[in-house]
Amino acid sequence: MNVPTMAEMMAQGKQPEVLFWVGCAGSYDDRAKKITRAFVKILNEAKVEFAVLGTEESCSGDPAKRAGNEFLFQMQAMTNIEILNAYEIKKIVTACPHCYNTLKNEYPQLGGKYEVVHHTELLQSLINEGRLKIEGGFFKGHRITFHDPCYLGRANDVYEAPRELLEKMEVELVEMNRCKSNGLCCGAGGAQMFKEAEKGNNEIFIERTNEALATKSTIIATGCPFCNTMITDGVKNANKENEVQVLDIAEMIVSANKL
Amino acid sequence: MHFIPNLLFALLLVVGVSIFVKNIQKIIRNIKLGKAIDRTDNTDKRWKNMLLVAIGQSKMVIRPLSGILHIIVYAGFIIINIEVIEILIDGLLGTHRIFRFAGTFYTVLIGSFEILAFLVFISVIIFWMRRMVVRLPRFWNKEMTSWPRNDALNILYFEMVLMSLFIIMNATDMAFQQLNSGNPISQFIAPLFSNFSVETHHFIERTAWWIHVIGIFIFLNYLYYSKHLHILLAFPNTYFADLNPKGQLDNLESVTNEVKLMMDPNANPYAAPADDASPSKFGASDVTDLNWIQLMNAYTCTECGRCTSVCPANITGKELSPRAIMMKTRDRMEEVGKIIDQKGSFENDGKQLLNDYITPEELWACTSCNACVEACPVNINPLSIIIDMRRFLVMEQSAAPQELNVMMTNIENNGAPWQYSQMDRLNWKDE
Ligand code: SF4
Ligand code: SF4
Repeated sequence: MNVPTMAEMMAQGKQPEVLFWVGCAGSYDDRAKKITRAFVKILNEAKVEFAVLGTEESCSGDPAKRAGNEFLFQMQAMTNIEILNAYEIKKIVTACPHCYNTLKNEYPQLGGKYEVVHHTELLQSLINEGRLKIEGGFFKGHRITFHDPCYLGRANDVYEAPRELLEKMEVELVEMNRCKSNGLCCGAGGAQMFKEAEKGNNEIFIERTNEALATKSTIIATGCPFCNTMITDGVKNANKENEVQVLDIAEMIVSANKL
Repeated sequence: MHFIPNLLFALLLVVGVSIFVKNIQKIIRNIKLGKAIDRTDNTDKRWKNMLLVAIGQSKMVIRPLSGILHIIVYAGFIIINIEVIEILIDGLLGTHRIFRFAGTFYTVLIGSFEILAFLVFISVIIFWMRRMVVRLPRFWNKEMTSWPRNDALNILYFEMVLMSLFIIMNATDMAFQQLNSGNPISQFIAPLFSNFSVETHHFIERTAWWIHVIGIFIFLNYLYYSKHLHILLAFPNTYFADLNPKGQLDNLESVTNEVKLMMDPNANPYAAPADDASPSKFGASDVTDLNWIQLMNAYTCTECGRCTSVCPANITGKELSPRAIMMKTRDRMEEVGKIIDQKGSFENDGKQLLNDYITPEELWACTSCNACVEACPVNINPLSIIIDMRRFLVMEQSAAPQELNVMMTNIENNGAPWQYSQMDRLNWKDE
């Protein structure tokens, strides 16, 4: 797997066309690491000149900010911005909608101005530019539903890119009742991922997963490592892990293209 | 003595309007308790938003039934009020239907008012049924205690009475009925009175006219106490709404300054703070820590509960309800306002928005999913208040839930919310 770091690129006097911001989940979480590798496979396949920060990357600060710790957030942001600016980064792609939102919307004011895209957006433009082709067939006719990550959908109005990729895979896309701008959260955002839920009569991830299961899909697709964790838990909770898979769009493309 | 009604009317007008103006001043004063925030940019986009969301009701029709009914009531309310201009002039001059000289134009106008009034009446009845017969859950949530429920019903009753009076007034105006034009609805009501004498007709017509007028003044002054304030505030509220992507939270400038200082290797940590570095409070524990837009949001809230009905936390039985966040903010603002009324300025009353109104449990249930912001028909942002209050809890009181403290310590120490070494960040590539 070819994963150059910025430091290596710099040493060779090269500038990548895009920086891949891996994010904490993508770097450390066992499930999310698979998504990271899947995305890199596609980047390699499409011959995209990319680089990662590697050990120079640090948490974007999103969970700290949403937990109310503006200090910690800004310290993280400024540290990251210093590094990104030192490498003269222009364009960033990430597979995590939380990093995406923070880098795109909250870094500019602090001096970090980059073009930031979600990995589904980058993949879509690669297809439009003819650099990537998605093979239909593998998922042809599979009933699949897409869970909109809040930080991609409502937060940033990206609804179509992931759906167009699914269409290219010739799936039968079945929408949940609550989808797109009306989509229901998986329960992980706003730093909830890192704490027990408050008292209630149900878990948000169960509520959401049940809605996804009700579409009778065999795959629940999403585009966020945290949604992936939550919905995977929901599927397990419903004892459906043998029938229903929870996959990132990038992983599906890897299967479709047999990479 | 025949000018007594004119005088009476003028008196009513002066009293009604001055109380209204006083209430408006109070609202403005209370909103100004909030911190400054600049929303003067992008005027084109802002006008467009107001046109679309407030005047065009674009977010109302996302739920088509209530949306369309609401448009009828809203259009009816505004258009029928053109009639109020005539009422004002007639009342002051002692004339009767002064615009009648406009002939067909006048009767067509009144005719369309009648049809609208009828449609409004029907819509209001359906609204009432949704609350009282169908009992839509969002109108019966926990925060919908007796006052908010009655408030909503009062308004519906008001509308019903005002619309009926308008029709009765036309129906008993014999001269008007004889024109037999402009009375598409009242012509069916008029026969009910056919046994009555001319005097009785006149009496009923005058009574209906007067109650209608008094009703309007009462309604005007009821607004201040009601969720119905949104008929005025929806306009500035949508105009000043946040135009940034919903995911974007503001970056606290006071924090930026301190962080810059901390990260600057040349800064002298022992240097005296600059003069303008007033010791700022981070986040919000009371309404005066919020900004004026957030306070205007609270006054604008229609208590429709669309936000709460899509809130994942509320749906799963958590304490949090974004509508309650707005209602509690308004209640506290009113309380602070009353203290100012009594004492001339705000004095600590031993209470605050945090804990006395909004509990940490509510605040920590939010997933920051923005569903409430998306759903609100008048562009209110309950999430921004939640985040500001979390900021106070964390930065001023270090009162985050324990697991979040662990997460934050991890970010501080090793740049990730979990306890992994930063040196292992790239391990995934070789696994
Ligand atoms: S942002 Fe918070 S309050 Fe608003 S709907 Fe989502 S969880 Fe509920
Ligand atoms: S905040 Fe908006 S959606 Fe929620 S109750 Fe108030 S007006 Fe309705």
